[in-house]
Amino acid sequence: MSLHVDSGPSTRAPVPPSRRHGRPGTGRTFLSWLDLKAAPYLLISPYYLLFLLFGIFPLGFTLWYSLYDYDLAGTVKWTGLGNYTALLADSAFWNAVVNTLGMFVIATVPQILLALLLANALNKRIRGRLFVRLGVLLPLVTSVVAVAVVFTQLYGRDWGLFNWILGSVGVDPIDWKAERLPSWLAISTMIDWRWTGYNAIIFLAAMQTIPKDLYEAAAIDGASRRRQFWQITIPMLRPTMIFVVLNSTIGGLTLFAEPTTFYGGNVHGGSNSQFQTVSMFIVEQGFREFDYGYAAGAAWLLFIMILIGSLINFLLIRRIGGKK
Amino acid sequence: MIDRSRRGRMLAAAAATALALGVTAACGSDSEPTSGGSSAAAPVTVKVQTFGGGKNFGYKEAIDKWNASHTDIKIQEEHLTDQFEQVYWPQMIQWLQSGSGAGDVVGIDEGGMGLAKAHPEWWADLGEYGLSNRQGDFAPWKWDGGLTADGKLFGLGTDLGGMSLCYRRDLFEKAGLPGDRDEVSKLWPTWDDFIKVGQKFQDKVKDTKFVDGTNTLYNVVLVQEAVKNGGVSYFDKSNTLIVDKNPAIKSAYDFAVKISQDGLTAKLRNFTPEWNTGMKKSQFATLGCPSWMLGAVSGDDGAGPEFSGKWDVAAVPGGGGNWGGSWLAVPKQSKHPKEAAAVADYLTGKEAEVSVFTYSGNMPSNTQAQQDPAVQGAKNEYFNNAPVGDIFAKSASTLQPVFLGVKHAQVKNAVESVISALDDGSVPYDQAWQKLVDDAVKAAG
Repeated sequence: MSLHVDSGPSTRAPVPPSRRHGRPGTGRTFLSWLDLKAAPYLLISPYYLLFLLFGIFPLGFTLWYSLYDYDLAGTVKWTGLGNYTALLADSAFWNAVVNTLGMFVIATVPQILLALLLANALNKRIRGRLFVRLGVLLPLVTSVVAVAVVFTQLYGRDWGLFNWILGSVGVDPIDWKAERLPSWLAISTMIDWRWTGYNAIIFLAAMQTIPKDLYEAAAIDGASRRRQFWQITIPMLRPTMIFVVLNSTIGGLTLFAEPTTFYGGNVHGGSNSQFQTVSMFIVEQGFREFDYGYAAGAAWLLFIMILIGSLINFLLIRRIGGKK
Repeated sequence: MIDRSRRGRMLAAAAATALALGVTAACGSDSEPTSGGSSAAAPVTVKVQTFGGGKNFGYKEAIDKWNASHTDIKIQEEHLTDQFEQVYWPQMIQWLQSGSGAGDVVGIDEGGMGLAKAHPEWWADLGEYGLSNRQGDFAPWKWDGGLTADGKLFGLGTDLGGMSLCYRRDLFEKAGLPGDRDEVSKLWPTWDDFIKVGQKFQDKVKDTKFVDGTNTLYNVVLVQEAVKNGGVSYFDKSNTLIVDKNPAIKSAYDFAVKISQDGLTAKLRNFTPEWNTGMKKSQFATLGCPSWMLGAVSGDDGAGPEFSGKWDVAAVPGGGGNWGGSWLAVPKQSKHPKEAAAVADYLTGKEAEVSVFTYSGNMPSNTQAQQDPAVQGAKNEYFNNAPVGDIFAKSASTLQPVFLGVKHAQVKNAVESVISALDDGSVPYDQAWQKLVDDAVKAAG
C-alpha cells in the first residue's frame, strides 16, 4: 500500500519562478515563500500532527516501556532487553504466533482467490449488476462483534447450526472452541465473510481499468477466456494485488475482535489458548496480568513480524506474471 | 532538510507502523469513560458498579427503594459484566490506577481484595465519613478484609458465599434418585459419595450431565480443602505462591480430573454464554452453590423463570465452606465521596442486605441482617421453597476465612483456564497438572 507513495519532484531542482506573483519584490519575499513553500505543509499538517500524537508517540512510548519491567499496580524496573529474551523463550508467545500465522493463511488464501473469482464474475454483463456489486459489500458495514456473535452461535458445540447440519449427515458434533484446527476454521470464516466482498470490489475496480483491446487482441489470437484471465487480468492486477495482500497481512496479523468474541470476550483464546492471537496475547499480558513492559515488547515483536510478513508477501506478489 | 524521496519512504514506513500499532493499541481501549456524577445543584447521582451472573449483587429492590425516598442522592447501578477476574477487575484496576473511570461505589470480589488492600491510595477513607462505627455489624474477618494495609477502612462487606449444592429435583426423580432435599443431602456426605450418585444418575439419564463442568466444583472443593490446610489457597500469608506445595490445590485438581474422566461433566465453563444456555437447556443437574449462585441460576440470564420450582438446594458434600462474597468500596477518584459513602453504608446496612437476600439469595455478611427473622426463616420460592435462610445462616456462623494473596485473581484466572481445558480435552489429563503449575507461576510473576 503506502510503499508506493509518490515521492514527488526532487527538491534539488531549482524552484521555478512563481507565475502568479511574477518576480517577487524583496518585501514580498517572505509572504511569497510562505505561500509557495510553507502553505502545502501547513495544509497537510493536521494529519501529521495527529499521526505524531497517535502514531509515532505511542510507538516510541511502547519501545521505551518494553525495556522496563513495568507492573501496572506495582513496581517499575529497568530490564534492558530482558522482556525480549523472555518473550522469545515463552511458549505462550510462540503459541500465539503460530495461531496468528495459521489463521492468517487459512483465512487469507481462500479469501483472495474467492475475491478474484467474484470480481471476475461481477465484471461480466449480468442482470442487476449494481445490486449484486453492492450486495457483496454488505457484510463490511455490519459490526465485527455482531458478526462474531452470530457466527459464535452458529459454531456452538451443543446447539449450533453447523453441528446440527453435520449431525444430520452423520458426523459427530465438533467442539469448535476446544479443538485447534476447527477453531481456526471457524474464525477464518468470520474474517472471510466480512472481507471477501471488500477485496472483490477493489479487484473489480482495477479490472475495469484494464483496456478492452488487450482482450480483443487476445481473442483474435484465439486465447480462451481462462487464458485471458490468467495472462491478462492477473498480471494487470499486480499493483492492486500488492495493496490487497499487504492490507490483508496487516489485518490478519493483528487479528483480535473475532477470536476474542468467539471465546466470550476472554482474551485467553480458548481454554488452552487454541486460538489466542498475538494481539490477544499482548492484551492479556498488558491488561489482564498488568505486565506492561512485557506486552510492549510483544507489541514490538508483532510490529517486526508484520514488517517481515509484508515484505515477504510484497516480494512474492511482485513476481506475479513473472515477466517483469 | 532531508531529501524528499527518502522522506517519502520514511513516511510510508511510519504510516505502515501507525496502522499496525493503531490496530494493536485499539484493542486495549474497550473502556468506556464514565462520568463522576452530575453537578451540585441537581440531585447527586452515585454510580454503583457491580459484576456477576444473573441477579448479581441483588440490589434492584434496595436501590428502587432508596431512589423512591431520596431526592438528594440517586443511586444508579451499572452492572458491568458477569466475569470478575477476566473482565471486571482488570478494567477496574486500570480505572483506579489512571484516576478516572471507576464508579462512586464499586463492588470487589474476595479475590481482588488482596490487591485492593495493598493500594490504599486508590480508596477513600470511609472512617472520615463516620463509618468506623459499623465494625460491630460484621464478623472480625469480614471487617478486617475491608481495611487497607495501613489500617484504614475502605470496604464494607456485602455478602458471604457459604456453600450448598443446587440440584434439579425433577431430573433426580427421573433418574430414580430421591427428590427430597434432606434425602438428597444424605446421599452424599463425602465427595466420593457424590461421584457414586453421579454415576448412578448418568446410567439412567443420558442427555443431561450430572455437573456443569470442572470449574465450579473445583472451586468448591478448593475452599473446603484450603480451610483444612492452614486457611491458605494459592498464596501463603507472606504472599509466596504455593500452588505446587498446598495439598488443597492438588486435591481439588484431582477431583476435577475425576469427574471429567468419569464423564459426569457437561464440559461447560462457568459464567460463559454457553453455561447460561446450558441451564436453560437442562444440560446439567447439579451445581456447586454459594449463596450468590442462587441468583445466578434464578436470574433471567441463567435458568430463568421457566425452571422455577424445579431446582432445589441440598447440603454440600464435605461439609460447609465459603466461596466468594464481596465488599463495596469508594474510589478516591469519586467526585462525591461523602454521598458515595452514604450509599455504601446503606447498601451494606441491615435493611438492604435483608432485601438482597430475599431478592436474589446472597447471604448477608452483616450479622444483624443474618439474625433477622426475614433471613433466618427465609424460603426461596424458586428453589422449591428451600429453607435457604437456615441453610446459609448456619454456614455463616461457622465460616472460616481463607487467605487470598495480592495476585489471587490473576492466578485463579490462569488456573481455571487449565481446569476447563482438561475438561474440554484441549490439555491431556497427564499434562494438565504441570501446565496448571506453570501457568500459575507465570501469572504470579
